Amino acid sequence: LDYQHVQVPFEITLWIMLASLAKIGFHLYNKLPSVVPESCLLIFVGLIMGGIIYGLNDRSPPVMDSDIFFLYLLPPIVLDAGYFMPSRPFFENIGTILLYAVVGTIWNVFGIGFSLYGICQVKSFRLQDVSLLHNLLFGSLIAAVDPVAVLAVFEEIHVNEKLHILVFGESLLNDAVTVVLYKLFRSFCEMPTIKSMDVFAGIGKFFVVGLGGVLVGLSFGFTAAFTTRFTKDIRVIEPLFVFLYSYLSYLTAEMFHLSGIVAIISCAMGMKRYVEANISLKSHTTVKYFMKMWSSVSDTLIFIFLGVSTIGENHEWNWPYICFTVIFCLVWRALGVLVLTFFVNRFHVNTITSKDQFIIAYGGLRGAICFSLVFLLPDFHRKKLFIAATTVVILFTVFVQGMTIRPLVDLLAVKRKRESAPTVGEQIHIRFLDHLLAGIEDISGHWGQYYWKDKLEYFNSKYLQKILLREYDQPKSSIVLLYEKLERKHAMELAQAGQLGHGLAHPSFLCSAFLCSSSDRTVITDQKLEDTPNPDVLDNMQEILARNLYRIRRTGPAYNRHTLPGDSEILILRHKSL
Amino acid sequence: LSREDFQRIPELAINPLGDRIINAFFPEGEDQVNFRGFMRTLAHFRPIEDNEKSKDQNGPEPLNSRSNKLHFAFRLYDLDKDDKISRDELLQVLRMMVGVNISDEQLGSIADRTIQEADQDGDSAISFAEFVKVLEKVDVEQKMSIRFLH
Repeated sequence: LDYQHVQVPFEITLWIMLASLAKIGFHLYNKLPSVVPESCLLIFVGLIMGGIIYGLNDRSPPVMDSDIFFLYLLPPIVLDAGYFMPSRPFFENIGTILLYAVVGTIWNVFGIGFSLYGICQVKSFRLQDVSLLHNLLFGSLIAAVDPVAVLAVFEEIHVNEKLHILVFGESLLNDAVTVVLYKLFRSFCEMPTIKSMDVFAGIGKFFVVGLGGVLVGLSFGFTAAFTTRFTKDIRVIEPLFVFLYSYLSYLTAEMFHLSGIVAIISCAMGMKRYVEANISLKSHTTVKYFMKMWSSVSDTLIFIFLGVSTIGENHEWNWPYICFTVIFCLVWRALGVLVLTFFVNRFHVNTITSKDQFIIAYGGLRGAICFSLVFLLPDFHRKKLFIAATTVVILFTVFVQGMTIRPLVDLLAVKRKRESAPTVGEQIHIRFLDHLLAGIEDISGHWGQYYWKDKLEYFNSKYLQKILLREYDQPKSSIVLLYEKLERKHAMELAQAGQLGHGLAHPSFLCSAFLCSSSDRTVITDQKLEDTPNPDVLDNMQEILARNLYRIRRTGPAYNRHTLPGDSEILILRHKSL
Repeated sequence: LSREDFQRIPELAINPLGDRIINAFFPEGEDQVNFRGFMRTLAHFRPIEDNEKSKDQNGPEPLNSRSNKLHFAFRLYDLDKDDKISRDELLQVLRMMVGVNISDEQLGSIADRTIQEADQDGDSAISFAEFVKVLEKVDVEQKMSIRFLH
């Protein structure tokens, strides 16, 4: 038995296997995921595992190493979030999101820190050796809303898009503030005296961290887009570039003590548009599924480790401190949301209703980031107290808030995500309104969001697209892309349903074949890469698709004056499409 | 204000809908618009306030109600003012918005699909009611609102 040789990879694989099997297990029993969110179940499994290991070895189980968490487990989740972030609602609400992320987090940190210090002053709690600085340090790591936990819970409750993007965007962007404050207070702990210059340096550092992260991310993103411009002949490794560049941006930002999360998000959002236009359809699918898979595995592992690490001798229990921590977290978040929303609603047309505010406040889940940060604290004699408090807060927010948020959403009748298929007409009209609003804003001299959006689009089309996109592939408007996607889907459905056969001979058959071939160009070229299929099969497929595409077009009265519609066919097709 | 004054705004010149927007400010056949008329058109874009909804139940609808906003947008599509968006009018707008590298047939099929999705009374044109229905899921009140003078 050569266990030593394979130990590390073997154990890692076993953990991942356990995580995935647990996930299968939950979904086998249908009712469970609707009542209890997955994250709770995973922590529960982790607790059981931790208990087993503790019982067997009679020592503390392996605590999740902060390095492993920050370097390996967190980036895939954040990359997945950033890449699939719907950029339109995000940028429409960016002001609000930034306000919540920056000002809200600072408010929470100082609020929690100071009030906990006040608690420590009470003599009967025996906590007087916890200094103000320690409390502020603790506040800085516990105040931040965690993107992993928020994602896990909100993904299952399907609230309306604006609410989702507000909470989620805030949880992602507050990393910049958390990083700065945490490092600041930690260095203050080690410095003998604190001058006011240091405080100002801290504030300046925040801007450096945030903006630096964005710059690093964008530069890597554009480099990635530029690289994919040349990958026409090596389609197979295209997905790799997406992952490599994003991970590099994260690591580079961490190396310079900038915010890695902000960097990876700006990298993903910056490169998405251009990379998707450059890479083939298959690479795109690969990227999508790999990202989802990795982030899912990471997510599961994080929660299981959270459960495992809870068991053990790392905790020092002190009832008042812990209870008050939980209470203050809730109270300060609610206050923060209320005050900030009051300001936001005065400047914005899109008001945030009080129901939304409640969900935002209630959805402030803490998660694994706090947990890792608390383990990174320097060893001082009260560290175990902080670990215990953090664990309780995390378990409380994930279990109690995570489980009750869905019934609350139902109870309060919060506006839900609309589950309707996108229609081309809607896209056209929305685009129309965009242009209209931009024009009106120009006339009234108001620099609103449409103005900036228009300017960005102009800049994009004039400069960026020329550099970052491949020469002959002119970018298609999103209206055309949506139309093609819908037609293709419809054609596939009809082909599968067996609607082949007797087609009418139409003169416009050729132009519909042209339509089909231009939109399916990428598919055909990809197939050429593999074993060359039968040219007959190819023609047949093209013919089928073309015929069916043509049919869809003709469900209305004929605009083509060369042919006469066959009445019965139209009736059947109309029924099918409705 | 005359048309040339509007056309001097640089961003409006590159806006695909620039001409139509300018035309919307000028009432039938006139070449000048005074401040009142200018304001009336811009009033369509005032955000909707809650207290106004209950006040004006009996009187004429305020200019910034949802249906008036949609009517304004509809009038920008409908150049010949027959209260319908015909396929040609839709094609013109599409051509302006989508760009030059799409063939006419593709554009035609997109227009056909749009009409097919929206058309309920089978007249192969989009009437105002059908237009409203397509946009019922879109939050028009908040989209078409600009906070002037706050």
